[in-house]
Amino acid sequence: MPMPRPSASTTYEKSRTSTRHPLALTIILSTALLALSPAQAANLTDNRRSGYAFMGPPLRAMQDDDMTNPASLWQRDGETLWAEPIGEAGRSCADCHGDAASSMRGVAARYPAFDRTMNRPIDLEQRINHCRTAYQKAGPLAFESHDLLALSTHVARQSRGLPIAIENSKALHPFLAMGRSLFHERQGQLNLSCAQCHDDNAGRSLGGATIPQAHPTGYPLYRLEWQGVGSLQRRLRNCMSGMRAAPYAFGAEAFVDLELYLMWRANGMPMESPAVRP
Amino acid sequence: MPKAGSRRSRRRFSVEAFVLLPMALAGTVALAEPPLQPYAVVGDSIPRPLTGQPGDPDAGRRIVADRQEGLCLLCHSGPFPEQPLQGDLAPALDGAGERWSSGQLRLRIVDARRVSPGTIMPSYYRTQGLVQVAPAFVGRPILTAEQIEDVVAYLATLRR
Repeated sequence: MPMPRPSASTTYEKSRTSTRHPLALTIILSTALLALSPAQAANLTDNRRSGYAFMGPPLRAMQDDDMTNPASLWQRDGETLWAEPIGEAGRSCADCHGDAASSMRGVAARYPAFDRTMNRPIDLEQRINHCRTAYQKAGPLAFESHDLLALSTHVARQSRGLPIAIENSKALHPFLAMGRSLFHERQGQLNLSCAQCHDDNAGRSLGGATIPQAHPTGYPLYRLEWQGVGSLQRRLRNCMSGMRAAPYAFGAEAFVDLELYLMWRANGMPMESPAVRP
Repeated sequence: MPKAGSRRSRRRFSVEAFVLLPMALAGTVALAEPPLQPYAVVGDSIPRPLTGQPGDPDAGRRIVADRQEGLCLLCHSGPFPEQPLQGDLAPALDGAGERWSSGQLRLRIVDARRVSPGTIMPSYYRTQGLVQVAPAFVGRPILTAEQIEDVVAYLATLRR
Protein backbone atom coordinates (compact mmCIF):
# COMPACT_ATOMS: atom_id res chain seq x y z
CA MET A 1 0.00 0.00 0.00
CA PRO A 2 1.46 3.35 -0.98
CA MET A 3 1.62 5.96 1.75
CA PRO A 4 -1.15 8.54 1.42
CA ARG A 5 0.29 11.86 0.34
CA PRO A 6 -0.56 14.89 2.46
CA SER A 7 -3.22 16.96 0.80
CA ALA A 8 -2.33 20.34 -0.58
CA SER A 9 -4.47 22.05 2.03
CA THR A 10 -2.62 20.53 5.01
CA THR A 11 0.72 21.63 3.61
CA TYR A 12 -0.67 25.08 3.04
CA GLU A 13 -2.09 25.30 6.59
CA LYS A 14 1.25 24.22 8.01
CA SER A 15 3.27 26.79 6.11
CA ARG A 16 0.71 29.45 6.94
CA THR A 17 0.96 28.88 10.67
CA SER A 18 4.78 28.78 10.71
CA THR A 19 5.17 32.05 8.81
CA ARG A 20 2.29 34.04 10.10
CA HIS A 21 4.01 37.34 9.41
CA PRO A 22 6.11 36.74 6.31
CA LEU A 23 6.87 40.44 5.85
CA ALA A 24 8.14 40.80 9.41
CA LEU A 25 10.33 37.76 8.94
CA THR A 26 11.81 39.18 5.73
CA ILE A 27 12.59 42.46 7.46
CA ILE A 28 14.27 40.71 10.38
CA LEU A 29 16.34 38.54 8.03
CA SER A 30 17.46 41.38 5.78
CA THR A 31 18.40 43.52 8.79
CA ALA A 32 20.52 40.64 10.06
CA LEU A 33 22.19 40.34 6.64
CA LEU A 34 22.91 44.07 6.46
CA ALA A 35 24.81 43.84 9.75
CA LEU A 36 27.34 41.53 8.03
CA SER A 37 30.11 42.63 5.69
CA PRO A 38 29.64 41.59 2.04
CA ALA A 39 32.33 38.92 2.46
CA GLN A 40 30.61 37.48 5.53
CA ALA A 41 27.26 37.54 3.79
CA ALA A 42 28.70 35.68 0.81
CA ASN A 43 30.16 33.06 3.16
CA LEU A 44 26.69 32.24 4.48
CA THR A 45 25.77 30.57 1.20
CA ASP A 46 29.09 30.16 -0.58
CA ASN A 47 31.30 27.22 0.35
CA ARG A 48 33.89 28.06 -2.28
CA ARG A 49 37.36 28.74 -0.94
CA SER A 50 40.37 30.08 -2.75
CA GLY A 51 43.74 28.37 -2.21
CA TYR A 52 44.47 31.43 -0.03
CA ALA A 53 42.12 30.01 2.62
CA PHE A 54 44.28 26.89 2.91
CA MET A 55 47.54 28.82 3.47
CA GLY A 56 49.12 29.88 6.74
CA PRO A 57 49.54 33.52 7.87
CA PRO A 58 53.15 33.92 6.59
CA LEU A 59 52.25 33.03 3.00
CA ARG A 60 49.11 35.17 3.12
CA ALA A 61 51.19 38.11 4.31
CA MET A 62 53.70 37.51 1.52
CA GLN A 63 50.90 37.66 -1.06
CA ASP A 64 49.09 40.65 0.40
CA ASP A 65 52.03 43.07 0.45
CA ASP A 66 53.43 44.12 -2.94
CA MET A 67 56.77 44.70 -1.24
CA THR A 68 57.06 41.04 -0.21
CA ASN A 69 55.12 39.42 -3.05
CA PRO A 70 57.86 38.06 -5.37
CA ALA A 71 55.52 38.33 -8.37
CA SER A 72 55.83 42.12 -8.06
CA LEU A 73 59.19 41.76 -9.83
CA TRP A 74 57.41 40.26 -12.83
CA GLN A 75 54.65 42.83 -12.63
CA ARG A 76 57.13 45.72 -12.71
CA ASP A 77 58.88 44.23 -15.73
CA GLY A 78 55.45 44.00 -17.32
CA GLU A 79 54.84 47.66 -16.56
CA THR A 80 58.06 48.53 -18.41
CA LEU A 81 57.17 46.29 -21.38
CA TRP A 82 53.70 47.88 -21.50
CA ALA A 83 55.27 51.19 -22.47
CA GLU A 84 57.91 49.85 -24.90
CA PRO A 85 57.27 50.42 -28.63
CA ILE A 86 57.82 47.12 -30.48
CA GLY A 87 57.28 45.39 -33.81
CA GLU A 88 57.03 46.81 -37.29
CA ALA A 89 54.24 49.05 -36.11
CA GLY A 90 56.57 50.54 -33.51
CA ARG A 91 53.70 50.72 -31.08
CA SER A 92 53.56 50.01 -27.38
CA CYS A 93 50.60 48.56 -25.47
CA ALA A 94 50.20 51.99 -23.90
CA ASP A 95 49.89 53.68 -27.30
CA CYS A 96 46.49 52.02 -27.74
CA HIS A 97 45.42 51.18 -24.18
CA GLY A 98 46.90 54.09 -22.21
CA ASP A 99 47.42 53.56 -18.51
CA ALA A 100 46.83 49.92 -17.64
CA ALA A 101 45.60 50.92 -14.18
CA SER A 102 42.41 52.21 -15.76
CA SER A 103 42.14 50.47 -19.15
CA MET A 104 42.96 46.97 -17.83
CA ARG A 105 40.90 47.24 -14.67
CA GLY A 106 38.72 44.12 -14.47
CA VAL A 107 39.89 42.72 -17.82
CA ALA A 108 41.70 39.63 -16.48
CA ALA A 109 38.61 38.83 -14.39
CA ARG A 110 36.69 38.30 -17.65
CA TYR A 111 39.18 35.91 -19.30
CA PRO A 112 39.08 33.46 -21.08
CA ALA A 113 36.66 35.46 -23.23
CA PHE A 114 35.03 34.75 -26.57
CA ASP A 115 37.03 36.06 -29.51
CA ARG A 116 35.08 36.62 -32.71
CA THR A 117 38.05 36.29 -35.06
CA MET A 118 38.99 32.92 -33.54
CA ASN A 119 35.34 31.97 -33.08
CA ARG A 120 36.19 30.47 -29.69
CA PRO A 121 37.37 31.60 -26.25
CA ILE A 122 40.98 32.70 -25.83
CA ASP A 123 42.85 33.25 -22.58
CA LEU A 124 44.73 36.34 -21.42
CA GLU A 125 48.08 35.13 -22.73
CA GLN A 126 46.58 34.46 -26.16
CA ARG A 127 44.91 37.87 -26.07
CA ILE A 128 48.27 39.57 -25.43
CA ASN A 129 49.89 37.62 -28.25
CA HIS A 130 47.01 38.45 -30.56
CA CYS A 131 47.60 42.15 -29.88
CA ARG A 132 51.29 41.72 -30.58
CA THR A 133 50.85 39.97 -33.91
CA ALA A 134 47.79 41.87 -35.19
CA TYR A 135 48.46 45.44 -34.02
CA GLN A 136 52.10 45.73 -33.02
CA LYS A 137 53.26 43.55 -35.94
CA ALA A 138 55.62 41.74 -33.61
CA GLY A 139 56.15 38.00 -33.09
CA PRO A 140 54.14 36.19 -30.42
CA LEU A 141 55.84 35.60 -27.08
CA ALA A 142 56.47 31.97 -26.10
CA PHE A 143 54.15 30.55 -23.43
CA GLU A 144 55.77 30.79 -19.97
CA SER A 145 58.47 33.14 -21.32
CA HIS A 146 59.46 35.83 -18.84
CA ASP A 147 58.07 38.65 -20.98
CA LEU A 148 54.66 37.05 -21.50
CA LEU A 149 54.36 36.27 -17.77
CA ALA A 150 55.49 39.81 -16.96
CA LEU A 151 52.82 41.32 -19.21
CA SER A 152 50.04 38.98 -18.07
CA THR A 153 50.98 39.61 -14.42
CA HIS A 154 50.87 43.37 -15.00
CA VAL A 155 47.46 43.13 -16.68
CA ALA A 156 46.03 40.71 -14.09
CA ARG A 157 47.28 42.90 -11.23
CA GLN A 158 44.80 45.55 -12.37
CA SER A 159 41.92 43.20 -11.46
CA ARG A 160 43.07 42.42 -7.94
CA GLY A 161 40.11 42.47 -5.56
CA LEU A 162 37.53 42.56 -8.35
CA PRO A 163 35.06 39.68 -8.75
CA ILE A 164 35.71 37.09 -11.45
CA ALA A 165 33.16 37.80 -14.16
CA ILE A 166 33.08 35.23 -16.97
CA GLU A 167 30.34 36.34 -19.31
CA ASN A 168 27.21 34.21 -19.45
CA SER A 169 27.00 34.18 -23.23
CA LYS A 170 25.53 31.45 -25.42
CA ALA A 171 28.67 31.50 -27.55
CA LEU A 172 30.71 30.24 -24.59
CA HIS A 173 28.35 27.42 -23.59
CA PRO A 174 29.78 24.65 -25.82
CA PHE A 175 33.30 25.47 -24.60
CA LEU A 176 32.16 25.50 -20.98
CA ALA A 177 30.56 22.11 -21.55
CA MET A 178 33.82 20.81 -23.02
CA GLY A 179 35.79 22.20 -20.07
CA ARG A 180 33.37 20.59 -17.65
CA SER A 181 33.66 17.22 -19.35
CA LEU A 182 37.48 17.44 -19.32
CA PHE A 183 37.33 18.25 -15.60
CA HIS A 184 35.35 15.08 -14.96
CA GLU A 185 37.18 12.81 -17.42
CA ARG A 186 39.47 10.18 -15.96
CA GLN A 187 42.88 10.26 -17.58
CA GLY A 188 46.48 9.13 -17.41
CA GLN A 189 48.00 5.90 -16.13
CA LEU A 190 46.49 6.65 -12.70
CA ASN A 191 43.08 7.08 -14.37
CA LEU A 192 42.01 10.04 -12.22
CA SER A 193 39.83 13.06 -12.96
CA CYS A 194 40.36 16.62 -11.76
CA ALA A 195 37.02 16.35 -9.93
CA GLN A 196 38.06 13.33 -7.89
CA CYS A 197 40.68 15.39 -6.07
CA HIS A 198 39.47 18.98 -6.30
CA ASP A 199 35.72 18.38 -5.80
CA ASP A 200 35.55 15.15 -3.82
CA ASN A 201 38.67 15.50 -1.67
CA ALA A 202 39.41 19.23 -1.41
CA GLY A 203 40.87 20.17 1.96
CA ARG A 204 42.36 16.71 2.47
CA SER A 205 46.07 15.91 2.42
CA LEU A 206 47.58 14.44 -0.75
CA GLY A 207 50.97 13.23 0.47
CA GLY A 208 51.18 16.16 2.86
CA ALA A 209 49.90 18.85 0.45
CA THR A 210 46.41 20.25 1.01
CA ILE A 211 44.20 19.78 -2.05
CA PRO A 212 42.57 23.10 -2.98
CA GLN A 213 39.15 23.50 -4.62
CA ALA A 214 40.66 24.45 -7.98
CA HIS A 215 39.50 28.06 -8.14
CA PRO A 216 42.06 29.88 -10.29
CA THR A 217 41.63 33.20 -8.52
CA GLY A 218 45.27 34.30 -8.53
CA TYR A 219 46.95 33.54 -11.87
CA PRO A 220 49.57 34.27 -12.97
CA LEU A 221 50.99 33.46 -9.55
CA TYR A 222 54.25 32.96 -7.73
CA ARG A 223 54.68 29.38 -6.54
CA LEU A 224 57.39 28.60 -4.00
CA GLU A 225 57.77 25.17 -5.59
CA TRP A 226 58.53 26.84 -8.94
CA GLN A 227 60.65 29.63 -7.50
CA GLY A 228 58.94 31.77 -10.09
CA VAL A 229 55.74 33.03 -11.64
CA GLY A 230 53.71 30.65 -13.79
CA SER A 231 50.43 30.51 -15.65
CA LEU A 232 47.34 28.43 -14.92
CA GLN A 233 48.26 26.19 -17.86
CA ARG A 234 51.61 25.43 -16.21
CA ARG A 235 49.70 24.39 -13.08
CA LEU A 236 47.30 22.24 -15.10
CA ARG A 237 50.26 20.55 -16.79
CA ASN A 238 51.70 19.74 -13.34
CA CYS A 239 48.45 18.04 -12.35
CA MET A 240 48.34 16.07 -15.60
CA SER A 241 51.94 14.90 -15.11
CA GLY A 242 50.95 13.82 -11.60
CA MET A 243 48.18 11.68 -13.07
CA ARG A 244 50.78 10.33 -15.52
CA ALA A 245 48.81 11.82 -18.38
CA ALA A 246 50.38 13.44 -21.43
CA PRO A 247 49.90 17.16 -20.81
CA TYR A 248 48.24 19.14 -23.61
CA ALA A 249 50.52 21.60 -25.39
CA PHE A 250 50.54 25.18 -24.10
CA GLY A 251 47.74 27.08 -25.80
CA ALA A 252 45.80 23.90 -26.66
CA GLU A 253 42.06 24.41 -27.02
CA ALA A 254 41.44 21.79 -24.32
CA PHE A 255 43.44 23.91 -21.86
CA VAL A 256 41.54 27.09 -22.67
CA ASP A 257 38.21 25.24 -22.31
CA LEU A 258 39.36 23.94 -18.93
CA GLU A 259 40.53 27.41 -17.86
CA LEU A 260 37.18 28.82 -18.94
CA TYR A 261 35.24 26.23 -16.93
CA LEU A 262 37.39 26.78 -13.83
CA MET A 263 37.05 30.56 -14.01
CA TRP A 264 33.31 30.23 -14.56
CA ARG A 265 33.03 28.07 -11.42
CA ALA A 266 34.89 30.84 -9.59
CA ASN A 267 32.59 33.59 -10.89
CA GLY A 268 32.12 36.23 -8.20
CA MET A 269 35.19 35.23 -6.19
CA PRO A 270 37.72 38.06 -5.84
CA MET A 271 40.81 38.08 -8.07
CA GLU A 272 44.07 37.80 -6.13
CA SER A 273 46.51 38.10 -9.04
CA PRO A 274 49.36 37.81 -8.65
CA ALA A 275 48.82 35.32 -5.84
CA VAL A 276 51.44 33.40 -3.87
CA ARG A 277 51.07 29.65 -3.37
CA PRO A 278 53.24 26.95 -1.80
CA MET B 1 38.09 -11.45 -61.99
CA PRO B 2 41.83 -10.97 -62.32
CA LYS B 3 41.65 -7.20 -62.31
CA ALA B 4 39.62 -6.92 -59.14
CA GLY B 5 41.83 -9.53 -57.50
CA SER B 6 45.00 -7.65 -58.21
CA ARG B 7 43.49 -4.43 -56.96
CA ARG B 8 42.42 -6.17 -53.80
CA SER B 9 45.86 -7.62 -53.22
CA ARG B 10 47.45 -4.21 -53.74
CA ARG B 11 45.06 -2.69 -51.26
CA ARG B 12 45.72 -5.49 -48.80
CA PHE B 13 49.44 -4.79 -49.06
CA SER B 14 48.97 -1.13 -48.17
CA VAL B 15 46.65 -2.01 -45.30
CA GLU B 16 49.26 -4.44 -44.01
CA ALA B 17 51.88 -1.71 -44.14
CA PHE B 18 49.66 0.39 -41.87
CA VAL B 19 48.91 -2.45 -39.51
CA LEU B 20 52.28 -4.16 -39.36
CA LEU B 21 54.51 -1.12 -38.95
CA PRO B 22 52.88 0.07 -35.71
CA MET B 23 52.74 -3.56 -34.55
CA ALA B 24 56.48 -3.87 -35.13
CA LEU B 25 57.05 -0.64 -33.22
CA ALA B 26 54.73 -1.78 -30.44
CA GLY B 27 56.70 -5.04 -30.42
CA THR B 28 59.75 -3.18 -29.18
CA VAL B 29 57.67 -1.84 -26.30
CA ALA B 30 56.18 -5.27 -25.67
CA LEU B 31 59.68 -6.70 -25.34
CA ALA B 32 60.45 -4.27 -22.53
CA GLU B 33 57.01 -4.67 -20.94
CA PRO B 34 55.83 -8.28 -20.70
CA PRO B 35 52.08 -8.69 -21.14
CA LEU B 36 49.92 -8.73 -18.02
CA GLN B 37 49.48 -12.05 -16.25
CA PRO B 38 45.93 -13.39 -16.49
CA TYR B 39 44.12 -13.55 -13.17
CA ALA B 40 40.77 -14.83 -11.94
CA VAL B 41 38.49 -12.86 -9.64
CA VAL B 42 36.50 -14.91 -7.15
CA GLY B 43 33.98 -12.83 -5.20
CA ASP B 44 35.90 -9.77 -3.99
CA SER B 45 39.24 -11.51 -4.18
CA ILE B 46 42.02 -12.75 -6.48
CA PRO B 47 42.88 -15.89 -4.50
CA ARG B 48 45.85 -17.02 -6.63
CA PRO B 49 49.12 -15.03 -6.72
CA LEU B 50 50.04 -13.30 -9.99
CA THR B 51 53.49 -14.94 -9.99
CA GLY B 52 55.03 -18.31 -9.14
CA GLN B 53 57.37 -16.73 -6.60
CA PRO B 54 56.05 -15.69 -3.18
CA GLY B 55 56.18 -11.91 -2.54
CA ASP B 56 58.93 -10.33 -0.47
CA PRO B 57 57.43 -8.24 2.38
CA ASP B 58 60.58 -6.10 2.79
CA ALA B 59 60.56 -5.17 -0.89
CA GLY B 60 56.83 -4.52 -0.52
CA ARG B 61 57.39 -2.08 2.32
CA ARG B 62 59.91 -0.15 0.21
CA ILE B 63 57.44 0.04 -2.70
CA VAL B 64 54.59 1.24 -0.48
CA ALA B 65 56.75 3.96 1.07
CA ASP B 66 58.16 5.15 -2.28
CA ARG B 67 56.29 8.24 -3.49
CA GLN B 68 57.29 7.61 -7.10
CA GLU B 69 56.83 3.85 -7.24
CA GLY B 70 53.96 2.63 -5.07
CA LEU B 71 52.46 6.12 -4.61
CA CYS B 72 50.48 4.62 -1.69
CA LEU B 73 51.35 7.29 0.90
CA LEU B 74 50.01 10.05 -1.31
CA CYS B 75 46.52 8.92 -0.25
CA HIS B 76 47.05 6.47 2.64
CA SER B 77 48.88 6.74 5.94
CA GLY B 78 50.57 3.81 7.57
CA PRO B 79 53.22 2.67 10.04
CA PHE B 80 56.05 4.66 8.40
CA PRO B 81 57.55 6.88 11.11
CA GLU B 82 60.35 7.90 8.70
CA GLN B 83 57.80 9.34 6.24
CA PRO B 84 56.42 12.62 7.62
CA LEU B 85 54.21 13.39 4.60
CA GLN B 86 51.32 10.97 4.33
CA GLY B 87 47.87 11.34 2.79
CA ASP B 88 44.42 11.14 4.31
CA LEU B 89 42.25 10.56 1.23
CA ALA B 90 41.95 6.85 1.95
CA PRO B 91 41.86 4.50 4.97
CA ALA B 92 45.07 4.03 6.96
CA LEU B 93 47.02 0.92 6.00
CA ASP B 94 47.54 -0.02 9.66
CA GLY B 95 45.87 -3.36 10.31
CA ALA B 96 45.19 -3.99 6.59
CA GLY B 97 46.36 -7.58 6.99
CA GLU B 98 43.75 -8.13 9.68
CA ARG B 99 40.90 -6.59 7.75
CA TRP B 100 41.56 -8.34 4.43
CA SER B 101 42.83 -11.67 3.19
CA SER B 102 45.77 -11.69 0.76
CA GLY B 103 43.36 -12.38 -2.08
CA GLN B 104 41.17 -9.43 -1.12
CA LEU B 105 44.24 -7.18 -0.86
CA ARG B 106 45.41 -8.41 -4.27
CA LEU B 107 42.14 -7.46 -5.99
CA ARG B 108 42.08 -4.07 -4.25
CA ILE B 109 45.53 -3.31 -5.67
CA VAL B 110 45.05 -4.91 -9.09
CA ASP B 111 41.66 -3.32 -9.82
CA ALA B 112 39.88 -1.64 -6.91
CA ARG B 113 37.17 -0.47 -9.33
CA ARG B 114 35.82 -4.03 -9.32
CA VAL B 115 34.95 -3.58 -5.66
CA SER B 116 34.04 0.10 -5.73
CA PRO B 117 33.45 1.65 -9.19
CA GLY B 118 33.77 5.29 -8.13
CA THR B 119 36.91 4.85 -6.05
CA ILE B 120 39.88 7.21 -6.41
CA MET B 121 42.18 4.19 -5.95
CA PRO B 122 43.94 3.53 -9.28
CA SER B 123 43.96 0.06 -10.80
CA TYR B 124 47.59 -0.92 -10.40
CA TYR B 125 47.54 -3.76 -12.89
CA ARG B 126 45.81 -2.40 -15.92
CA THR B 127 46.95 -1.01 -19.27
CA GLN B 128 43.74 -0.91 -21.32
CA GLY B 129 40.88 1.56 -21.50
CA LEU B 130 42.98 4.49 -20.29
CA VAL B 131 42.89 7.99 -21.80
CA GLN B 132 45.73 10.44 -22.56
CA VAL B 133 48.40 8.28 -20.89
CA ALA B 134 51.87 9.89 -20.89
CA PRO B 135 54.14 8.16 -23.45
CA ALA B 136 56.52 6.88 -20.75
CA PHE B 137 53.67 4.89 -19.16
CA VAL B 138 51.78 3.60 -22.20
CA GLY B 139 51.32 -0.17 -22.04
CA ARG B 140 52.79 -0.32 -18.52
CA PRO B 141 50.83 -1.16 -15.38
CA ILE B 142 51.61 1.02 -12.31
CA LEU B 143 53.27 -1.97 -10.64
CA THR B 144 54.49 -5.26 -12.12
CA ALA B 145 53.04 -8.61 -11.06
CA GLU B 146 56.14 -9.20 -8.89
CA GLN B 147 55.83 -5.82 -7.21
CA ILE B 148 52.15 -6.39 -6.48
CA GLU B 149 52.96 -9.73 -4.84
CA ASP B 150 55.64 -7.95 -2.74
CA VAL B 151 53.10 -5.32 -1.65
CA VAL B 152 50.45 -7.96 -0.84
CA ALA B 153 53.04 -9.88 1.22
CA TYR B 154 53.91 -6.69 3.12
CA LEU B 155 50.31 -5.55 3.74
CA ALA B 156 49.44 -9.02 5.03
CA THR B 157 51.97 -8.45 7.83
CA LEU B 158 50.18 -5.28 9.04
CA ARG B 159 48.33 -6.23 12.16
CA ARG B 160 47.36 -3.96 14.97
